[in-house]
Amino acid sequence: MPASEVELSTKPTALTFQELLFRLQSFWAERGCILQQPYDVEVGAGTMAPETFLRVLGPKPYRVGYAQPSRRPADGRYGENPNRLFRHTQFQLILKPPPANVQELYLQSLEAIGIDLSKHDLKFEEDNWEGPTVGAWGVGWQVMMDGMEITQFTYFQQCGGLDLDPICAELTYGLERLCAFLQDVDSVYDVVWARDPDTGAVVTYGDVRLEEELQYSVYNFEDADVEKLWEHFRLYEQEAQALLARGNAVIADEKASAADRRRFPLISTYELALKCSNLFNVLDARGAISVTERVGMIGRIRNLAVGVAKIYAQQQAL
Amino acid sequence: MADFLFEIGLDEIPARMIAGAEAELGKRVKELLERERLLGAAAEVKTYSTPRRLAVLIEDVRAKQADSEEQLTGPSWKVAFKDGARTAAAEAFAKKAGVAVAAIEKVTTAKGEYVGATVKRVGRAAAELLAAELPKEVLALYWAKNMYWRAGKPERFVRPVRWVVALLDGAVVPMEIAGIQAGNASRGHRILHGESPVVIGAPKSYAEALRVAKVVVDVAERRQTIRKALDKATRTVEGARWREDEALVETVTHLTEWPTVILGNFEAEYLALPEEVLVTVMRDHQKYFAVEGADGKLAPHFLAVLNIEVDRQGYVTIQHGNQKVLRARFKDARFFWDTDQKTQLVDRVESLKNVTFQKELGSYSWKTEQNLAVARALTAAVQVKGVTLDEAALLKAVELAKTDLTTELVKEFTELQGVIGGLYARAQGLGDTVAQAIYDQYKPASTDGDIPLTIEGQLLGLADRIQTITAMFGIGNAPTGSKDPFALRRAANAIVSILAESGLPLTLSDVVRACGPVDANRDQVTAFLRERLHFFLKDVRGFAYDVVNAVLAAGADDVRDAIARAEALTEARESADFAAISAAFKRIKNILRQAEEKGFAVGAPSDAKLAPEAQELADSAAKLAPEVALLRDERNYGEALGAIATLRPAVDAFFDKVMVLDPDETVRGAHLGLIASVLAAFSGIADFGEIVTG
Repeated sequence: MPASEVELSTKPTALTFQELLFRLQSFWAERGCILQQPYDVEVGAGTMAPETFLRVLGPKPYRVGYAQPSRRPADGRYGENPNRLFRHTQFQLILKPPPANVQELYLQSLEAIGIDLSKHDLKFEEDNWEGPTVGAWGVGWQVMMDGMEITQFTYFQQCGGLDLDPICAELTYGLERLCAFLQDVDSVYDVVWARDPDTGAVVTYGDVRLEEELQYSVYNFEDADVEKLWEHFRLYEQEAQALLARGNAVIADEKASAADRRRFPLISTYELALKCSNLFNVLDARGAISVTERVGMIGRIRNLAVGVAKIYAQQQAL
Repeated sequence: MADFLFEIGLDEIPARMIAGAEAELGKRVKELLERERLLGAAAEVKTYSTPRRLAVLIEDVRAKQADSEEQLTGPSWKVAFKDGARTAAAEAFAKKAGVAVAAIEKVTTAKGEYVGATVKRVGRAAAELLAAELPKEVLALYWAKNMYWRAGKPERFVRPVRWVVALLDGAVVPMEIAGIQAGNASRGHRILHGESPVVIGAPKSYAEALRVAKVVVDVAERRQTIRKALDKATRTVEGARWREDEALVETVTHLTEWPTVILGNFEAEYLALPEEVLVTVMRDHQKYFAVEGADGKLAPHFLAVLNIEVDRQGYVTIQHGNQKVLRARFKDARFFWDTDQKTQLVDRVESLKNVTFQKELGSYSWKTEQNLAVARALTAAVQVKGVTLDEAALLKAVELAKTDLTTELVKEFTELQGVIGGLYARAQGLGDTVAQAIYDQYKPASTDGDIPLTIEGQLLGLADRIQTITAMFGIGNAPTGSKDPFALRRAANAIVSILAESGLPLTLSDVVRACGPVDANRDQVTAFLRERLHFFLKDVRGFAYDVVNAVLAAGADDVRDAIARAEALTEARESADFAAISAAFKRIKNILRQAEEKGFAVGAPSDAKLAPEAQELADSAAKLAPEVALLRDERNYGEALGAIATLRPAVDAFFDKVMVLDPDETVRGAHLGLIASVLAAFSGIADFGEIVTG
């Protein structure tokens, strides 16, 4: 039974990379999500952007979607592996609280990007997510389509070491994978990023990103100066710790006004913690962190994140 | 009589938790109905589950409890009625019982006269009781991992509850579970049926109504469907068979509501990778079944179980997608394999210094040094007893055992550690003995798994585990209660299994001694291993708990000997003579304990002139003791126990006629000496006093 006899349900005329993002954005915007732009500090995952990390805390309902470039230094492959990237793009969605039909909405979003669900095999397989550096965890699934993971679906239970109430649903679509699946290409670099509507000329993911994948790998694996990375880490950590100490003092100070407390630069403190997290990832890719040190480092970053979450919760309660 | 159907609908439940929850729900509903006297005599409990639901159907449920009468007793009659006039106590009792004071009766008991009342209870309706009680039972189901989902966190459950069906015959039983009102509407297959409700007309039509909505609710039926579909898809390849994998069949059964199967293919070039790697990728990472040819070797095909039924285009699309994913994974595996070959295992020993074994203990380099010392000691211990082995190969295997932790392939497929090391050792020409020992080092993986094939592998497995246990105990990481974060119980179970199933002449204390001189920590470790031996005999080998207690009380060091004694005792206890002997031994132990508490001196049988029955027991025992000792030394436990049973007439006569604790101190001492010597002479195989006699 050669495949050519029957046309595949995934076609080369599928959505381009940018159309995929547009469709997901409009689908969720039509369902009450605000659309955010990617966060402008290095993060390892969409979860770490403040639009998720901070917004999931506290009682206020929130719905947001954004594409988040996510850096995983150890996953870089010099642009040589067709499936692994230093920096991939997550479409991150937070629904707080999750609507009762959240799974059905998710399935509709797949139809909105051109997947005919009657021609594919879809399963929700248990996969519980945990982010030790941000003190976060949840239960959920990896959504498998024809044997490939296309989405991470998590009911967040805790973030920054704090129990969430209400909880939220976090949906993370891996855009490169998903697009390679839709377009049925074997390499992410062959994904069509954009197609000129007049000429039909295409720009591929490789055209846009291949060179930087190579260069990032060279830096992360070869050039990154371990001593300096450690030094940067210490500097960012010290500044974050100093700010946290001040933040905690302001919160504890009975004479401080609500305005004083609101002025505390929580977001900047959090960004310093994110810098530490990214540096940790680079050091790890560089092979500079032993297994023993690893646990300690994760604990240090977690302490910063948990400190930020606590102050945020108290600011919000004002 | 009515039928009752209950279904709870959820977001997809983790496959591994479904079977247990289904059974527990059935049990809870049944027990609830029993407790409330609602279960008919012919009641049958049928349970169902899919990833999105758990259900139970019970036929022959009473619509209403039978009316009943209850006899209540209150304060004493004298208190309730003083001089014929009722008091406040009488009124309070009447109020509490819900009867008029005039209805109070006099109840006469051995302790005196009391007030009483007969209360009639009108049976409650099943619907009312179920509505009140069932939600609590459902929310009490055990889940390995729970979550909150509603604001205010009122309850935790495995996944959010989305619908509830509760029907007593055709009527909805009104109840609420986690904010969801019960109704008669279920849901069908997400894709094949869509979101429209599936109305269940009557409990018995449940399975058929859902079948129409493309959901097979019966687990056994889905399992059968999958097996048949796997057979059918495999038949399209001549001579091929799918690799039986019961655990995987269970997993995919619990991942699907409407299962079908596709056969996929991969390029034959990937067959150059070791089978273990290919199968792990297929099974653990993709939940595919492997296919083998007529020669038993892997064929370039796989089987995927789908949760949908598709047309031709869908089939080709899904097959294409799965093949693509598998090809990418195989490609990665081959890349890792090739990369790993650039650094031989022997060149990786040094890098173990950078891999932490345990923060407070040291690296895997440290661990390897320790394992070497233990392996040497174990080797010496078995060589003394005449075992021959390739010591150099064993030590080489120990030295290289952990080096695969530094390979890319093990980083990718951690479940293959040991196996990968073994494969690399073979590929790098280190010899079969070394390779096999490394390959087998983590066997048995479970209590019923195979033990390492070779003596060298068995010794490596023992050395590695006893070193880990001893070292972990040394830094206070012994398991406590349900907490065993370092899986030390599993490690100890493996030690017991290896000793039970290999021919190694080692006892538990031999193994512990190999870790160095005995100190307090080692005693603790020995006790821990004995506790695991107890578990092994009782829960793995299935011996009765009293047999296990009896056998281990007479010696808990030699694993194979303990098994042999337990087998003999299990058989022997069936005889009436033996049961009587067991009862007598228990009596002997009790008497000796009493005597000790009272400070009675224990003498010798010869101290006094004995009654004929006592003398007869002394003579029989003296005659039998050397015979039993001989049989015991030959490990002929069956015959030894048979011989002990022949003591019964003498023992029975003794206890019938002789007062053991005779008032005369000398006679009493002689009696005590006699029974103590009987106990001592015949307790070497098992402590019969532990045997529970009916």
